[in-house]
Amino acid sequence: MNLRAGKYRAGDRVTVKLEDRPGHIRTPWYIRGKSGWIERVYGEFLNPESLAYGRDGLPRRTLYLVAFNQADIWGKSVGAKDKVLVDIYEHWLDPAA
Amino acid sequence: MSEGHDAGQTPQDHGHEHPKHELSHYAKRIYAIRDLLIEKGVITDKDIQCQIEYQEARSPANGANLVARAWVDPAFKARLIDDPKAACAEMGIDATSINEFVVLENTEKVRHMVVCTLCSCYPRPILGRPPDWYKSFNYRQRAVNDPRGVMREFGLVLPDDVEVRIHDSTADIRYLVLPLRPKGTED
Repeated sequence: MNLRAGKYRAGDRVTVKLEDRPGHIRTPWYIRGKSGWIERVYGEFLNPESLAYGRDGLPRRTLYLVAFNQADIWGKSVGAKDKVLVDIYEHWLDPAA
Repeated sequence: MSEGHDAGQTPQDHGHEHPKHELSHYAKRIYAIRDLLIEKGVITDKDIQCQIEYQEARSPANGANLVARAWVDPAFKARLIDDPKAACAEMGIDATSINEFVVLENTEKVRHMVVCTLCSCYPRPILGRPPDWYKSFNYRQRAVNDPRGVMREFGLVLPDDVEVRIHDSTADIRYLVLPLRPKGTED
């Protein structure tokens, strides 16, 4: 894993893009528009949005483990410390406002 | 695709068995694709059989062996966490098909659970084929929005001060949760 890849570092606050477009999207709907933080940088991977259609997957995209507080996602009473962690490619992330 | 693939027809005479019950749309489609690939010489019946045998040979026993050894061998546990694919190779488990393999270690204060809310991504080299419940809409939805409820149904009730970490396996990473060794199993 190339841990120096990408523009974000562990601890950076990020917001998932609230976008919709046709195609093979790996960013689940429940997390779009939500804010969390970079837990881990996984390095660069071929882009599945391209691979799914028989293309070369290039340019590679940096993949992050992004953590979210469960309470921020579901807005209801859940375990106070509980987190959901999602593997998200860099082009789906913006710096959190 | 021959008419014989529809339900209620007699067994086929082209070398392989077909299910006798009503086939779903997707099953009909996959049998049609299989027959076309064979007819056009892209693959053979033997290739399919070999692949089925390879898939069936990978079982949750592989993951259980990794976990059990990690419980009794601290040096192996360190290697498993540091480089899971190399640790698999050491145990004779072929994990080369996994792009990146990450171990999540449970502690008294942190428990992990894995889901793929998009489909059925699963660490097949160490756990075999994903069970139907793992692929069900119900599990995929509730694992993220009611993980403690799902755990309770599996028989695990966690105190409020334990942190539950749900990993949504949406990309190239495959996860192995390393559970705590059950109390009372020491030598």
